[in-house]
Amino acid sequence: MHVSTKNTYLAAVVAAVALVIIGFLMPDWLLFTATKAIGYGLVSLGIITLMRGGLVSFGQGLVYCIGAYASGLLATRAGITDAPVLLLVGLVASGIVGLIVSPLIARYRGIFFAMLTVALSMVLYGVLVKINEIGGSDGFTLPEPTYFGWQPSVEIADLALYMTAVVAAVVAATASRLYFDSMAGMISLAVRENELRVEYLGSSVFNVTVRNFTIAAALGGLGGTLNGLALGHIDPLFSFWTTSGEFVFIAVLSGHISVSAVFVSSMILELVRSFSNRYFPETWQLILGVFLIVVIIYLPGGIGSVWERLKERRNRSATAGDKAGNKAAEKKGTGS
Amino acid sequence: MSGSEYILEARDLQKRFGAVVAAEDINIKVKLGDNLSLIGANGAGKTTFMNMVTGYLKPDSGQIMFDGKDVTKLNPRQLTQRGVCRSFQIPQLYEPMTALENLMVSIGASGQKFSLFRPAKDADTIERAHDILKRFVLDDYADRPVSELPGGVRKLLDIAMAIVRRPKVLLLDEPTSGVSVDEKFPLMETVMEALSAEEVTIIFVEHDMEIVTRYSDRVLAFYQGQVIADDDPDEVLSDEAVQKYVTGTAKDKKQEEGAGA
Amino acid sequence: MEFADILTILVDGVVYASWLFIVALGLTLIFGVLQILNLAHGSLYAVGAYAAASMTMLVPMLGLPNEFSLLAMLIAALAVAIVLAPILERGLLRLFYGRDEVLILLVTYAVFLILEDATKLIWGVTPYYVFEPRNLFGTVEIGDLFYVGYDLMLIGLAVVCGLAVWLGLNKTKIGKIVLAVIHNPDVSACMGVNVNRVYLLAFFVGVFLAALAGSYTAPLISVQPGISVNVIITSFAVVIIGGLGSIPGAAIGALVVGIARAFAVYELPEAEIFIIYLVMAIVLVFRPEGLFQRTQARKI
Repeated sequence: MHVSTKNTYLAAVVAAVALVIIGFLMPDWLLFTATKAIGYGLVSLGIITLMRGGLVSFGQGLVYCIGAYASGLLATRAGITDAPVLLLVGLVASGIVGLIVSPLIARYRGIFFAMLTVALSMVLYGVLVKINEIGGSDGFTLPEPTYFGWQPSVEIADLALYMTAVVAAVVAATASRLYFDSMAGMISLAVRENELRVEYLGSSVFNVTVRNFTIAAALGGLGGTLNGLALGHIDPLFSFWTTSGEFVFIAVLSGHISVSAVFVSSMILELVRSFSNRYFPETWQLILGVFLIVVIIYLPGGIGSVWERLKERRNRSATAGDKAGNKAAEKKGTGS
Repeated sequence: MSGSEYILEARDLQKRFGAVVAAEDINIKVKLGDNLSLIGANGAGKTTFMNMVTGYLKPDSGQIMFDGKDVTKLNPRQLTQRGVCRSFQIPQLYEPMTALENLMVSIGASGQKFSLFRPAKDADTIERAHDILKRFVLDDYADRPVSELPGGVRKLLDIAMAIVRRPKVLLLDEPTSGVSVDEKFPLMETVMEALSAEEVTIIFVEHDMEIVTRYSDRVLAFYQGQVIADDDPDEVLSDEAVQKYVTGTAKDKKQEEGAGA
Repeated sequence: MEFADILTILVDGVVYASWLFIVALGLTLIFGVLQILNLAHGSLYAVGAYAAASMTMLVPMLGLPNEFSLLAMLIAALAVAIVLAPILERGLLRLFYGRDEVLILLVTYAVFLILEDATKLIWGVTPYYVFEPRNLFGTVEIGDLFYVGYDLMLIGLAVVCGLAVWLGLNKTKIGKIVLAVIHNPDVSACMGVNVNRVYLLAFFVGVFLAALAGSYTAPLISVQPGISVNVIITSFAVVIIGGLGSIPGAAIGALVVGIARAFAVYELPEAEIFIIYLVMAIVLVFRPEGLFQRTQARKI
């Protein structure tokens, strides 16, 4: 197995173990916050997948909402409350939507692509608000999730969902990292830099965009289902443009380089939201806005780029050390 | 059916942009292994011809045949896949990536299927990329971001990326433009040396007549959308029409007479 | 459908369209000149509404007749523009000129977030009701129905604003300079135009128009947190449909959206909300430059 693949799996295991252990130590409100952060993080992971192909979607609320409604309706109408099943349903439902929609919008770029995704998500919002059978603008509540038939007691319900969220996050993060490191991922970065050259090298930019958008859609659906279960409630606002804006905020904060940065950024957002609501209500958006501007100006690569820079510095000093060592060895060898 | 004696054929190509005649009655036959240069003033039709052959422009009428098959309607990606590759006058590179990574992308893009999960930076791809860089004497620049590289290096890299697929027809758009005078010949030497092992038809657009004479065995002179000369370099460069319309080396007859008197 | 129904839909549609046009005018102007798609536009509208509410409440306090409210609203909009335009354009947006258009979109999104809470901090969260000016124009009978004169006044205001901006751009010297900058800022700068000042002027006018829309709408709504959120997305739809940067386009877009929505309200209530975004999506897919194409000068 390749070194980088091994490293990715190793990181995944370490992260999973760490998150599980921390989970047992966290109070309920923090478990809830962390679960929501993972839900948002998954959607934003989809956005950075798209960003690595040169596109920004301001309408991921569309797939976030579809995943939530698909699994939510299954839970309330068909009585399927198993969380792993629902998560899979949400992922697949949104993934299929992504696969269908992306060929239609894959030709567009820049603000037109962004506006198109906004328009589509708002169409869904407008439609859902008027369908009273599924709750209209109020939406509907979800039953408590079960896990392979087991219904956790109230005291550990949050913990159980959190653990499920951790599994989903680690799997999604690992798969994403492997995709980003693959040749397909590298060509995606090339598309971001110079679409023209990619076509003239014989690769299809359209295919890259469709693939990225479908992956982003699946992740969006996964996140939407998770948050639906965490909140216990789903409504059309899942597809509103301001919700989509929050996913973009997280993606800009994290940058497109590091996968873990996405979840860290998402947690930062959730913590700011929680603390602001408690101590400075009516200012959390202001804080976020200022935060966003600071990041855009001073850290355009997001917080993930800081991690990259540290790694690079470590590598450079390592190779410098190697070079010095080699030179010394050469001198000894030639006896000069 | 393939197996035509000519690897590339242009038949009766016509192209107009409004009132501007960019291509008129273009008929060219090229064999595999030919070294062709295209000369002509700006706007004479060389770039239009190149863009039509690489699928970027569609001719108003006429056909383009590659290896005996009609490829007139294909887009650049499809033509690249078949073996018609090009380099660019302004190098089209992936700026934040290193030279090595640029080449790796080219290698990846040339593959039929690439993995969604196996790492891009595997030993095979890296070695292949280094090999190609070495052929173009670019290996020293392998780990430097392309945005930092000097002009001549960027041009070479641009060409190196185009040959990854081992194309049968390679079109170079002004390979020595934007490169300082003393770097032009070494650049062409490097390119020709790197391609010497391949069986490839090289077609390049050039303004420098010394490069044309030295590196091509056949010259096409363009003027106002038409090919006004098609022969070996010495013949073409001494052609009167070419001297008048392209190279500007026509002797003014009045001047000659005046000097004699 | 009977004639009466059609008339109702038309009048309602045109009234709504007028409101949309005033809102969208500033948005399309800012995009046309500065190439910025301003996600904070609705927030400027909201600030205008709040400022107008405050100003209007002063009118009875100062013992002035109700008609002065209209003046108060104008002053409020001007005040908003004078305060916010320089801060936003000079202080923030200028840092990002020439960079990726999506990046600036994100910056304006940050401004939206900031202004949302800033208005809450300044004006609080309880709604403001300033209904008195609404009665200034009585009621007008059209067909079978009575319309509030104020709503019809909005149509007049929309026409005035549209004409003012159009005439300003095409018939004044400053306007022609602005048009030159729209076509080619670099060449304009070489000709001695102070492009930065043009940008500030255009942004000022755009903010003023957004605030004006908000301030003259204040008597019709309860002025409270969140009114910006729908305005942003609706004005975006209008501007995209009509064509970014085009003033006649904003008018066409406003009419399309206004009448489509009126039609939906009366005939197809289920479609009332999504129909606007569906039209927006369709226009984007089939004619991304909008229904009113602005010819772009070809650069080499």
